[in-house]
Amino acid sequence: MKTLLSWLQEFAPFPDDPDLIGDTFTRLGTPVEEVTHLGDEWDGIVVARVEGLREHPNADKVQLVDVDAGDGPIQIVCGAFNMAVGDLVPLATVGTTMPGGMEIGRRKLRGELSNGMLCSSRELGLSDEHSGIRVLDVSSAPGTPLADALGVVRDVLWDLEVNPNRPDAMCVAGLARDAAAALDLPFTLPDPKVTPTGSAAADALTIDIADPDLCGRFGAWVLRNVSIGASPGWMQRRLLALGMRPINALVDISNYVMLELGQPNHPYDLGLVPGGGLVVRRARAGEQLETLDGVVRTFTTEDLLICDAEQHPVGIAGVMGGASCEISATTTDVLLEMAWFQPWAVSRTSRRLGLRTEASARFEKGCDPQVIPLAAARFCALAADICGATTAPGAVIAEGELPARPPVRTRTARVNALLGTDLSADQIRAELEPIGFSCAAAGDDQDVTVPSWRYDCEVEIDIVEEVARHWGYDRIERRALTKERTGRLTPTQKTRREVRRLLKSQGLAEVMPLPFLAPGDLERCGLEPVGIELRNPMVAEESILRTSLRPGLLAAAALNESRRSAGVAFFEIGHVFLPAPDGQLLPDEREHVAVLLAGREAPAAVEAWLVLADLLRVEAPAVTNESLPGLHPGRSATATVAGSAVGVVGEIDPGVLEAYGIGERVAWVELDLGALLHGPRRPESARPVSRYPSSDIDLAFDAPDVISAIDVERTLAGTDPLVWSVELFDTFRGEQLGEGRRSLAYHVRLQADDRTLTDEEVAAARTALVAAAESEHGVTLRG
Amino acid sequence: MIDEIARLTEDAERGAAAASGLDDLQAVETSLLGKKGAVSGIKRQLGGLDEDDRKRIGRALHEAQQQVQSILTARRDELSSAARRESLASERMDLTEVRPGHDAGHLHLVTQVIEELEDVFVGLGFTVAEGPEVEDDWHNFTALNFGEHHPARDMQDTFFVALGGPREVVMRTHTSPVQIRVMTDQPPPIYSIMPGRVFRNEATDSTHLAVFHQLECLVVDEGITFGHLAGTIEAFIHAFMGEEYSIRLRPSYFPFTEPSAELDVQRPDGSWLELGGCGMVHPNVLSNCGIDPERWSGFAFGFGLDRLALARYGVADLREVMSTDIRFLSQF
Repeated sequence: MKTLLSWLQEFAPFPDDPDLIGDTFTRLGTPVEEVTHLGDEWDGIVVARVEGLREHPNADKVQLVDVDAGDGPIQIVCGAFNMAVGDLVPLATVGTTMPGGMEIGRRKLRGELSNGMLCSSRELGLSDEHSGIRVLDVSSAPGTPLADALGVVRDVLWDLEVNPNRPDAMCVAGLARDAAAALDLPFTLPDPKVTPTGSAAADALTIDIADPDLCGRFGAWVLRNVSIGASPGWMQRRLLALGMRPINALVDISNYVMLELGQPNHPYDLGLVPGGGLVVRRARAGEQLETLDGVVRTFTTEDLLICDAEQHPVGIAGVMGGASCEISATTTDVLLEMAWFQPWAVSRTSRRLGLRTEASARFEKGCDPQVIPLAAARFCALAADICGATTAPGAVIAEGELPARPPVRTRTARVNALLGTDLSADQIRAELEPIGFSCAAAGDDQDVTVPSWRYDCEVEIDIVEEVARHWGYDRIERRALTKERTGRLTPTQKTRREVRRLLKSQGLAEVMPLPFLAPGDLERCGLEPVGIELRNPMVAEESILRTSLRPGLLAAAALNESRRSAGVAFFEIGHVFLPAPDGQLLPDEREHVAVLLAGREAPAAVEAWLVLADLLRVEAPAVTNESLPGLHPGRSATATVAGSAVGVVGEIDPGVLEAYGIGERVAWVELDLGALLHGPRRPESARPVSRYPSSDIDLAFDAPDVISAIDVERTLAGTDPLVWSVELFDTFRGEQLGEGRRSLAYHVRLQADDRTLTDEEVAAARTALVAAAESEHGVTLRG
Repeated sequence: MIDEIARLTEDAERGAAAASGLDDLQAVETSLLGKKGAVSGIKRQLGGLDEDDRKRIGRALHEAQQQVQSILTARRDELSSAARRESLASERMDLTEVRPGHDAGHLHLVTQVIEELEDVFVGLGFTVAEGPEVEDDWHNFTALNFGEHHPARDMQDTFFVALGGPREVVMRTHTSPVQIRVMTDQPPPIYSIMPGRVFRNEATDSTHLAVFHQLECLVVDEGITFGHLAGTIEAFIHAFMGEEYSIRLRPSYFPFTEPSAELDVQRPDGSWLELGGCGMVHPNVLSNCGIDPERWSGFAFGFGLDRLALARYGVADLREVMSTDIRFLSQF
């Protein structure tokens, strides 16, 4: 909402102190988005008379102009040739900052001094005209400031942000009321005088509200003998300043009244309204109307229409009028509509049609049903002054359902308990009454009657907010929290941080790609296309919720390779969204951690997983060789904890890499972080380290490829309590072993807590370990 | 025999000087001091001498043997240190060639700022709460006192998920549904923050993201006032940004708080940062969560993180938050 200082001053004696007023608006919750000092933008530009025109001795694209700007002739170098001796032209004097920001200096052009700049309309910001100097049609003396010569009224224009809970701030009078209260200034509304003549309005029309739930009040006035011309300059200037284009006097008056008092209204050409009356009713499904903007709109039964007495739509209630009854130059009799429409209904229709207007913006916040008579009088008085209109006696007012506004019990103790203040009932009343809330004492408390322009205020907390707003947020003493308490991260949050630190310390970079996928992305990764869709995506490429971190990270790797950054190492911790389990509304949302190592092979992925598993102390971390979709069939495995799957490790399938245009191999880990954190973990208890020497034995087995090294390792680790640790230290394949076989060599460290092991004990353990491995896995000890 | 003894040291000196390596020197030592060497040979002859001669010559032999020993030791030291020098020289490395196999890694800027904020709030006595990114209407809107017709439920702002009814499931538009989850999961007192990812159906440009991050702070307890809200925000800003920053609250509107305020931070140079929004938890929100608003009161404040995260490194374009270009990421 925009407002002008001069307009505000019609309601209260505001001082000429724009900073104070702007600051007041901001403190009251209508912050200043922009302030403009109208007229000041031409400071330094004056009227000058052309005294002589001469050729430039060294150039023919410019000429020398002698002008008088009040202090005798000065020379200007000018590139335009459209002026004649005696013309008055705008001169930007040396030192002027132009509306576009350019600074005017004294400078030489091809050897000739220019003492300023003559201006085109475009340079003045008046129009796009730039073919020549603006020749002024004024009679001002040379040296007169251009703003004064053109009759520019100096004023201050504020653009204020208005929140949904401030319907009163949608008009100049409302803003004035609020600011006047804060500055302790008297506020008065206009008192327009109208002398009705001719036959009564009721003779000319009838009003019927068919749907009173959506229309609380509908008033109609009749104006006759209207002559439609242009509105006066002062009105046009104000409309333009507040962002509305002048159309004709009557439409301008309509807009002016809306801006001033907040009451949207609609003038119809009475001669074009058949049947002499209006009906307010819900639309029939599929009903259509061409609105003032020339668009044919189609309605549903949720929309409210204004119709003529023959049931033809003539306007969309609270949004926009129809084209058929539009005011034109030939209009003489006018039907003026001022109504109160249900805010949410106007909002619904406006949004559904994508048609937001000045009227709908006000109706959907909730207009003041009690301002209608004043607004109508203001309209009729202005129409009498400007258009010579006469007002028919009486108004035709139909009543629907207006919201009941019972007084709100406002407890003094409650106000103070919520704000942290120590206000008395009198102090509370002193904040409320200047903005129109009336207070009746009820013991220590008060019954507060909400003014009709505050549709938003319904309950006690709304009143508390108004008290706080006018008392001043910055006057409420700031207090520290005193309750004794302990802040901490949960174990999950701590562990997640550790995971991040671990991955980071391995040189990985954390990325956060968009979690939305394009159709086909999951298939391209070799994953099932079970991603949940967005109903209203911004673009199709971002329309599906990811079920895996793989598409995002592969796209990231592809992007980097295409930008000549091969070998990236990324990780991501983020949510994925699996289909909703039966009987549940929300998806199966999980937190995954993924590692992508470009230019690395599957073992790097397994290492990353096992180090992560070690960090998390998960129970018996392992991998199970398995062909997994989207991964290299011979280089992929399921990551397991205590035998349960928690994710996948391996290498991305070469076909998938090809689809992404990735030329390197890519090692991949994706784990369900929740499953890891909530699965079995090794106990956090220490095993004492023996004081006695340990004994090491090395065991190499001839093992078929299908036997997992980790299974053999687990057998070795689990067979004899003397085994302290098992380490796979070498594997090799070779001719002597034959196709499909390899050697697995383990260091086994034997250790007793209470003694040095004897040679016999070591030999017995060795025999037992070999026997267990051979019998359980079909491997043979190599000689 | 005395001559033989005298020759021992001469032989030792000559042999040591001639030895070009430790092996040569060992051979010299063996020939002089070994079991079959010269010293042993002389010792064997001592038995045939009378006692006086045996003592005299034995003493001379012992001295000579000591001299031989020291000659050989000196030469051994010489030779072994030469050998070590040679070996060390052959092992010389240009240590300026060394580069780490990888760098120290990089946490995302948003992670960095979230962790820092969490630490600040944990220090102020708060816990950290989390919730799902896909929410139902009740948690995201209804429980937060958004009326049935509130414009924020509009198609233009909210991503609706194809689950349930047409507008029943949404990508959460703010972290406030986590407030609802906390308040329905645990009785007051509540002192929690909720960082997280949020979604708005808005065109992405240098100052808007469709996917971004927020952090909210929620306190519900007995006797909590607007004064506590302002005081807590001030304490937080001082801890996070520094004592030289100050705050201003000015009236605003949010469905889930009342009174509501915009939160501005004034930098030491006097300029203002519009950080976020705040207010007293609306009594309807408390009621919706089964908390009696006559007994308990609370406040909440929240703000966007992405701009804060980027501002630290002077990145102006918000879209860089989504960048996966390693040349960008590896700077942090």
